[in-house]
Amino acid sequence: MTNWSPTILTRVMLAVAVFLSAFPLYWMLVIASRTNADAVAVPPPFLPGGNLGENILAVLNNEDAKFLLGLTNSFIVAGVVTVSVVLISTLAGFSFANLQFKGKNVLLLLVLLTMAVPLQQMGVVPLYRLMVELGWTGTLQAVILPYLLNGFGVFLMTQYTRQAVPMELVEAARVDGAATLRIWWNVVLPAVRPGMAVLGINTFMLMWNDFMWPLIVLTPDNPTVQIAITSLNARFSTNYTLIFAGTALSIIPLVAVFVLFGRQIVGGLMEGAVKA
Amino acid sequence: MPYALVSPYFLLFAAFGLFPLAFTLYYSLHDYDLAGGSEWTGLGNYASLLTDEDFWNAVVNTIGMFVIATVPQMLLALFLANALNKRFRLRLAIRMSVLLPLVTSVVAVAVVFTQLYARDWGLVNYILGWFGVDNTNWRAERIPSWIAIATMVDWRWTGYNAIIFLAGMQTIPRDLYEAAAIDGASRRRQFWQITLPMLRPTMIFVVLNSTIGGLTLFSEPTTFYNGNVDGGSQGQFQTVAMFIVKQGFREFDYGYAAAAAWLLFLLILIGALVNFLVVRRIGGTK
Repeated sequence: MTNWSPTILTRVMLAVAVFLSAFPLYWMLVIASRTNADAVAVPPPFLPGGNLGENILAVLNNEDAKFLLGLTNSFIVAGVVTVSVVLISTLAGFSFANLQFKGKNVLLLLVLLTMAVPLQQMGVVPLYRLMVELGWTGTLQAVILPYLLNGFGVFLMTQYTRQAVPMELVEAARVDGAATLRIWWNVVLPAVRPGMAVLGINTFMLMWNDFMWPLIVLTPDNPTVQIAITSLNARFSTNYTLIFAGTALSIIPLVAVFVLFGRQIVGGLMEGAVKA
Repeated sequence: MPYALVSPYFLLFAAFGLFPLAFTLYYSLHDYDLAGGSEWTGLGNYASLLTDEDFWNAVVNTIGMFVIATVPQMLLALFLANALNKRFRLRLAIRMSVLLPLVTSVVAVAVVFTQLYARDWGLVNYILGWFGVDNTNWRAERIPSWIAIATMVDWRWTGYNAIIFLAGMQTIPRDLYEAAAIDGASRRRQFWQITLPMLRPTMIFVVLNSTIGGLTLFSEPTTFYNGNVDGGSQGQFQTVAMFIVKQGFREFDYGYAAAAAWLLFLLILIGALVNFLVVRRIGGTK
């Protein structure tokens, strides 16, 4: 098994990879904790300064950026989409994996096809017009609704349910006279919880990061956090400490998710990749 | 009952998937003016797009950045995955840290990189200065701006793709390597003759994913120009997705934007097909 021990070159490569992965985040902290004069100094500052709290307060109190509102809105958008996508996908995944019905394979194929189409880019014009007709531009439901459709989620939960819930288990429950919804609730849900967690984490991160559609359909006075950063960037483009403090704030929820669920994220990604 | 359980997905698909697709086609066949009036123009929008220099500029930019970003990214991800597959201490911690970029928001990354690439005080120019390179104006020139944006994309996705490759590598039976080692094949040879060919299905997945992501690139180049979809003073890094947003929502030319969206879809299909064929040839010696 000596074959599997790393060479010096491998070790160096791993060290470089870890350093490069972390560096921009470290840099974010350096600039966010400095003064603006430091941020444009040559040579650049390499260590964090003492102004982090001050800069974060400046962002939160900035009237134009509406940063706190942006953070709240992003939580609402990402939260609502995550809960609905997980629920819808789990229900559909159970149907596709454990139930027999006419047209099942055709419908499943349709789900796979929807995964291949970049709907958010393809459909922006009609979606925008629809939101105008409904009077929903500038509102959170305009951001949320198009994302409730998630082919990847249905696919993932179908695969996961197939593996986690044996048909015999469903059959046995049915012989005992359990109704379909009851089987879903009592038998399927407890078994697929890890799959739901992976899908939920993925969806939350995806929605927290969403940029193009909110940029089109929202206005700066009711932003998501990404739009709030963009407004800061557009108005105070060289006020780096202000913008960097904003970006640092904006990634805190993601970093929290990562610290709490990092192991599951790595595991989920690797499992999902092998199945797909 | 099964139908009721799958219906939420398909109802949403009809409302927010099928409907926009069909109407994108409808819009693309009409001409819209600022007042909201419209008239049938047939394939007129498509014809104008195909002779529109700005559109072709966006296509070239998109493909250029895609190539500059993807080729090194795939190679790096492969080597990184190979390294991550070895046995060493802190394995989970190191695997997690290469995923760190993925959990950083795209806009935040682009903001940080934009400062790092600043002409007069950016760290990148400062370090290049040690080697006697004059300050580059990364944003103002075409190829430098592509490189800057490609590094943002690569920083974010290389670790992710490495983890996916790693997952693929772990499904390769170990006795293949043991047999090769007994036959005296070097590690390097094992990588090219066993790992790479066996990894082809994973590679197809990764490359198709990168194709869709790369050809719809929007957030990084937009943030690189402070949230403006023009893509630089000369449009030197405007992508097709940015072109669509500019036409549709800055100039309110809905028909033109919709037609461009269909052409983008066509571009993705072609890109996916080409990349699929390329990957199928890789390691085809086995």
